[in-house]
Amino acid sequence: MLNYDLVVVGGGPAGMAAALKAKECGVNSIIILERAETLGGILEQCIHTGFGLHYFNEELSGPEYAYRFIDLVEQNEIEVKTDTMVLGISADNVVTATNNQEGIISIAAKAIVLAMGCRERPRGSLNIAGTRAAGIMTAGTAQKYVNIDGYLPGKKVVILGSGDIGLIMARRMTLEGAEVKMVLELMPYSGGLTRNIVQCLEDYNIPLKLSCTVIDIHGRERLEGVTIAKVDRNRRPIKGTEEYVACDTLLLSVGLIPENELSAAMGIEIDPVTGGPIVGENRETTHKGVFACGNVLHVHDLVDYVTIESQIAGEGAANYILALEEEAIYVTTKGIDGVRYVVPQRININSDKDVKLYFRVGQTYKNAKIFLENNEEIILSRRRPKLAPGEMEDITIKSEVLRELPVNSELIVRVEV
Amino acid sequence: MNKEMVCVACPIGCSLVVELDKAGTILSVAGNQCKRGNEYAITECTAPTRTLTTTAKVLGGITPLVPVRSAKPLPKGLLIESVKLINALKIKAPIKIGDVLIANVLDSGVDIIASNSCPKM
Amino acid sequence: MRFDVAIIGAGVVGSLIARELSQFNIDVVLLEKCNDMAMGTTKANSAIVHAGFDSVPGSLKAITNVEGVKLMPALCKDLAVPYKNIGSLVLAFNDSQMAHLTKLLIRGNKNGVPKLRIIGQDKLRELEPNVNINALGALWAPTASIVCPYELNIAAVENAVSNGVKFIRNFEVKSIKKQSDGAYMLSSGKDKLQAKYIINCAGVFSDTVAAMVGDDNVEYKIIPRKGEYFLFDKTANGLVNTVVFQCPTKMGKGVLIAPTVHGNVIVGPNAIDIEDKEDCSTTIQGGIEIMTKARRSISTLSPKEMITAFGGLRAHTEGDDFIIEKSKKNNNIIHVVGIESPGLSAAPAIANMVKMMLLSITGELEEKNGFDPVRPAPVRFKDLSDSERRELVKKNKAYGRVVCRCETITEGEILDAIHAPAGALDVDGIKRRTRAGMGRCQGGFCGSKVVGILSRELDIPLDEVTKFGKESKVLLKKTK
Repeated sequence: MLNYDLVVVGGGPAGMAAALKAKECGVNSIIILERAETLGGILEQCIHTGFGLHYFNEELSGPEYAYRFIDLVEQNEIEVKTDTMVLGISADNVVTATNNQEGIISIAAKAIVLAMGCRERPRGSLNIAGTRAAGIMTAGTAQKYVNIDGYLPGKKVVILGSGDIGLIMARRMTLEGAEVKMVLELMPYSGGLTRNIVQCLEDYNIPLKLSCTVIDIHGRERLEGVTIAKVDRNRRPIKGTEEYVACDTLLLSVGLIPENELSAAMGIEIDPVTGGPIVGENRETTHKGVFACGNVLHVHDLVDYVTIESQIAGEGAANYILALEEEAIYVTTKGIDGVRYVVPQRININSDKDVKLYFRVGQTYKNAKIFLENNEEIILSRRRPKLAPGEMEDITIKSEVLRELPVNSELIVRVEV
Repeated sequence: MNKEMVCVACPIGCSLVVELDKAGTILSVAGNQCKRGNEYAITECTAPTRTLTTTAKVLGGITPLVPVRSAKPLPKGLLIESVKLINALKIKAPIKIGDVLIANVLDSGVDIIASNSCPKM
Repeated sequence: MRFDVAIIGAGVVGSLIARELSQFNIDVVLLEKCNDMAMGTTKANSAIVHAGFDSVPGSLKAITNVEGVKLMPALCKDLAVPYKNIGSLVLAFNDSQMAHLTKLLIRGNKNGVPKLRIIGQDKLRELEPNVNINALGALWAPTASIVCPYELNIAAVENAVSNGVKFIRNFEVKSIKKQSDGAYMLSSGKDKLQAKYIINCAGVFSDTVAAMVGDDNVEYKIIPRKGEYFLFDKTANGLVNTVVFQCPTKMGKGVLIAPTVHGNVIVGPNAIDIEDKEDCSTTIQGGIEIMTKARRSISTLSPKEMITAFGGLRAHTEGDDFIIEKSKKNNNIIHVVGIESPGLSAAPAIANMVKMMLLSITGELEEKNGFDPVRPAPVRFKDLSDSERRELVKKNKAYGRVVCRCETITEGEILDAIHAPAGALDVDGIKRRTRAGMGRCQGGFCGSKVVGILSRELDIPLDEVTKFGKESKVLLKKTK
């Protein structure tokens, strides 16, 4: 049995930032366990730029953003085991992992940071009718084939879902010589960043068809085409709008799901909306000493925010290890009236820190007002020129306001036009 | 004449309204939250640029490819030509992040650089 | 190439027959038109060992089903195939359906199904706490079981091959000609081989194959009956404990909800007679029909936990019974036609029956020395204790590397699947043998790794790796 103060599960941007912050806060015995061959997580295949604008005030590619942290992890001599998969975590925080060098490894940890990231929703969860032909894959899988392995999955491409990975892949496949026929979006708005719609679709004259979906898949062996249709307000296909589109590849960019198998197996409470653990302002889950950050907690659109959140978790874990935590008296947070979720889900009012609440809206808004309320009293309000489900929002509550909140009361975030 | 556009200088994506006169000279820019929005609107209306990202072939590296990018945004019109030049590259490992792979591509004044390292096999 | 026996079709029936015949000193070839075994009806069905009360007493379906139920546990043990005896329920929602249960009970008793009984609401709720409150009672058949059909199929081929059977893939029999010496020449157009005896187990194509030797009997005509299914995530595990049927209709046993041996939940099928023998596509209407009907049994079934949908074809015939007989026109040919439900349950008994039928033609056959009915159990890393895992990785490091994270499948298991007798040649073959890619992400992460391992182990370029053979290539070409 190995012993570490802090075990970080996942060596992507979240795990690295959490480990580095914990180190900075005075924790010296730290190990990062990463399932891939290298640190960096999904950033390694995200070769486009747009990372780091908030955190570094520079526009970096995914590998460049990752490299800055990988470099720091090395400089700080934080231990790392790559190609290592965590199989389970016991109730008393013993992490069991495996790799092909050491076999089964058991590590007793004082604290654990969960930073496993997320995965893409597959075809099956959408239940698209049709054949099981080859040539249907998630946009992220295609990204790995194109950017890492150097293989083009197909020549004539339809992309379902206008999430960022789908938009990015529309441009990537185009630059590698494929014809991207269209990007379809079930909703009346895109789930991706506007910048990606402009730079990845408009620049290359790739049509974005809103309120459209794939209703049938054709081709026995390799994909030959899809039937697309417009959908009504209830997202049901409209009869008479069907159209056959010949293609050999269908990429799916239809949402991301936090990967919480490990968390759920150890009994951590999961927020049904985010799909991630319920956490406090220090990103501690409902399991003492276990923290979560990054896309395993909730899906982020910008890695910069992942970094910031993971530093909070790293500091939280350090405070836990060094026994610097304040006695916890919680208020809970909740999103209503168009606010789908709020992270963190609870706040220790003794934490003596300003707390940024991150949230997402369920539809697009123009000139909306965000309200933060407690017991039907407005604590603060902020005007936003526009809100979109694809773009995470935040609002900060000051520590002096927090301290005065009634114990066990609810902090409400809502949006009003 | 007003031209509407979305600022893509950063992921926030402010909706901009650019006021132009008949000759295409910019009179005003509105809707931006920071000064980069102003710059973006001006370049986008006069000489649009984009950062190019793609991959290049590696010989003898631990990976078959290395990701590359333009060190600065390139004029939009040079993107496709630049991709062709990059596709013709065969770079010997080791490659270090930031290595210049094509200097001053197409006389744009912009270098194509490696955006990740690739050690020798 | 000359063989004593050619079996056409490596579905579960053909494969179990091959295994039965591998105990004799004869040359047996198992021909499959696809890139792998279990690619037809065996791949996509309810995965149930039916108790045997559905079929008409005295029918081949009834006889082989009840016999198959008896053989299945030992067979699955020999072949190391997951099998669970969990029992089945037929729900009744009104008095006429309750009356129908009595009919099924009487029929079951006639067929010799043990321990059948009709239960009331209390016992029903005890067995299935989540069952719809409107269910009045059920027919309880404790002998019904669940099994993994394609694993049974794969294991049967592996065992047959280990015992000397030759397995040839991508050999679609296009013509069969009788030669002057009495043997048959089977041709795929590209390749040819000869066999003295032919066993036709070609599933939905069994009528086509029969017609090649002049047996174009009308009763052989296959009406492909499509059934669509949904597979639910393991998070739905516990929704049902038994196989939950509704009252059957003339199109079949109706929509069922059942656990799978791997801990998922399977829901389906509908039943639609179609023309196209290769149309396994799923449809929007089918999906709606299945979910609507399934919710009558378990109203809390949520589409959120769906991980995949698939369609399968049953080889239905007008006579509604299995046809297992010697060709009337050809001495040395046995046709196995119309094997629809309960074909999987009946398969072990059908294999025995065909073996006896062949022996009645050939006369006594010499038994093979060293025949081993046992197929070594594949490593299942996920099911091992940590100390067992430790030992395993010490022996072979590849077992220490997890490739499929949803199902916890290691590289060692994937290598085993490729290098097994009649091993996997494509991505779907890996999936059926190891479950890599079978989980909730459906191969999103491990798919590219599996493609890489296949390319390395089979020594083919990445862009030659297929999903399921032929033109089902995963990748088009190198980018640069």
